[in-house]
Amino acid sequence: MIDENDKSATIRMFHVHKNYGSKQALININLDVSKNEFLFITGPSGAGKSTLLKLLYLGEPVSEGQILIDGMNLSRISRKRIPLLRRKLGIIFQDYKLIPTRTVFDNVALVLEAMGKKRQFIQKKVNSVLRMVGMEKRFNAMPQSLSGGEQQRIAVARAVIGMPKIILADEPTGSLDTESASAVFDLLKEFHTRGATLLVATHDQELIRKTGRKAIYLKEGRQTK
Amino acid sequence: MILYFKRAFQDIRTNRFLNAVTIIIMSLSVLIVSTLLLFFLNTNDYMNSWKKGIKIIAYLKPDIEETNIVDIKNKIHVLYGVAEAKFMSKEEAMGRLREQMKRQSSLLDGLKENPLPDAFEIRLTEQFPNSERIENLAVQIESFPEIDDVEYGRKWIGRFVKLFDLFRLTGYAMSSIFFMAAVFIVANTIRLVIYSRREEIEIMRLVGATDQFIKTPFYIEAVIQGALGGIIGLAALFAAYMYISTNVEYGLSFDLLNVRFLSLRLSGTIILCSMFVGWLGCFIALRQFLKE
Ligand SMILES: Nc1ncnc2c1ncn2[C@@H]1O[C@H](COP(=O)(O)OP(=O)(O)OP(=O)(O)O)[C@@H](O)[C@H]1O
Ligand SMILES: [Mg+2]
Repeated sequence: MIDENDKSATIRMFHVHKNYGSKQALININLDVSKNEFLFITGPSGAGKSTLLKLLYLGEPVSEGQILIDGMNLSRISRKRIPLLRRKLGIIFQDYKLIPTRTVFDNVALVLEAMGKKRQFIQKKVNSVLRMVGMEKRFNAMPQSLSGGEQQRIAVARAVIGMPKIILADEPTGSLDTESASAVFDLLKEFHTRGATLLVATHDQELIRKTGRKAIYLKEGRQTK
Repeated sequence: MILYFKRAFQDIRTNRFLNAVTIIIMSLSVLIVSTLLLFFLNTNDYMNSWKKGIKIIAYLKPDIEETNIVDIKNKIHVLYGVAEAKFMSKEEAMGRLREQMKRQSSLLDGLKENPLPDAFEIRLTEQFPNSERIENLAVQIESFPEIDDVEYGRKWIGRFVKLFDLFRLTGYAMSSIFFMAAVFIVANTIRLVIYSRREEIEIMRLVGATDQFIKTPFYIEAVIQGALGGIIGLAALFAAYMYISTNVEYGLSFDLLNVRFLSLRLSGTIILCSMFVGWLGCFIALRQFLKE
């Protein structure tokens, strides 16, 4: 059915359905995302954008169909290898998902600690990534003491610090003013030019028009164009 | 590894109350179990020294030829469980009796003839004592034609040994109950800690942390709890032991000096066991958490 050796696509979704109980959140999604593509997923609120990304990082299991990421079949991946999949992905969550009891530094460092990197390396790398998102001065702050936009920038820093092959961003500029939004976007674009594949969910049509990138449109769980 | 320890200590700090309660309960368990252990160790010492003192006295029939005595002695000596058989002539026995009676010994002067029989005093090997075996041995000796009668602390040996065994059984039962209670309590603490941090754990998983990365600090935390519980419990017991042995010794005449504390090796083993309890509790808690 699916050609697992087709390396030109890093993400393949094949007749994917997702139901939450009786609620159909995604209906028959077919999608090929090739390496180094920059793709938007858009649509109104409740269309299923976040759900689609969730399926990709196994935040939820698919109800039907198959998903391949970088050669891994998500419906056949063992529990033990899920961390390996997630390390290939840099995820920016719509609700940030920062750990409230840890400092900004620890939140960002976590990714590298989980990879087993050396302390000195982590120290340097976290500092440089925080500088990229303009948060280097707040490294010792707790997430709750930050504004929504600042938390979002930390979320971006955490997503990119592990040099992921694929970046999944869910409304990455949702709570940022135009200026910091474009700063974050420039950062994402930079990772794109470095070779990462980008999948960005947003309802911001303006942003898509400005960047002139490809977009798929979801409505009530269906792919419309 | 340093990182894991750092996280474990962070955790202990944020869940101070929960950790304190767990450590206190673990120390209490250790205190109770090691008190029992101390008690058994010392009663065992007493039992042993008392067992060494157990003797069987075999009285000879009158008119046994002196030349036979060596034969009888050899016959007794080869029996299983006999450490030494000492001949005690009736004159010797009389001498002892006089010594024991001291002032009243003049009463004995009126005897025309020594009424005491010749006897063998039989000491048993150390590991031997056991009421049934002593009885068997006594019966065997009694069956020798030259032996008239055999005497030993028939009834109370049996009773004492049985009582001691009962104590020991109760001790085992209580120790295992406290062991299970401690495991259960640690498991519950860790479960509560996991529950209070479920959001954090979920996030860690989402950014690619392995189960092992998430679980290790919990194990470290539990083992630290176990170690602290063990050390505190033993320290409390030691303090109580010092207090009792310095204060009571003067009041009572019999020698409490002979009461010894748990050896260093045994104390170490207790602490290791306590750490194992922590580990096991954590294992149980995490196994459930993995199933989610
Ligand atoms: N865990 C869940 N349980 C039940 N229903 C859910 C769950 N998550 C999402 N849904 C439903 O699935 C549909 C798609 O939700 P999703 O979050 O993917 O929308 P979205 O496109 O990301 O919307 P938004 O732009 O508001 O973020 C919605 O109708 C939502 O109510
Ligand atoms: Mg969403």
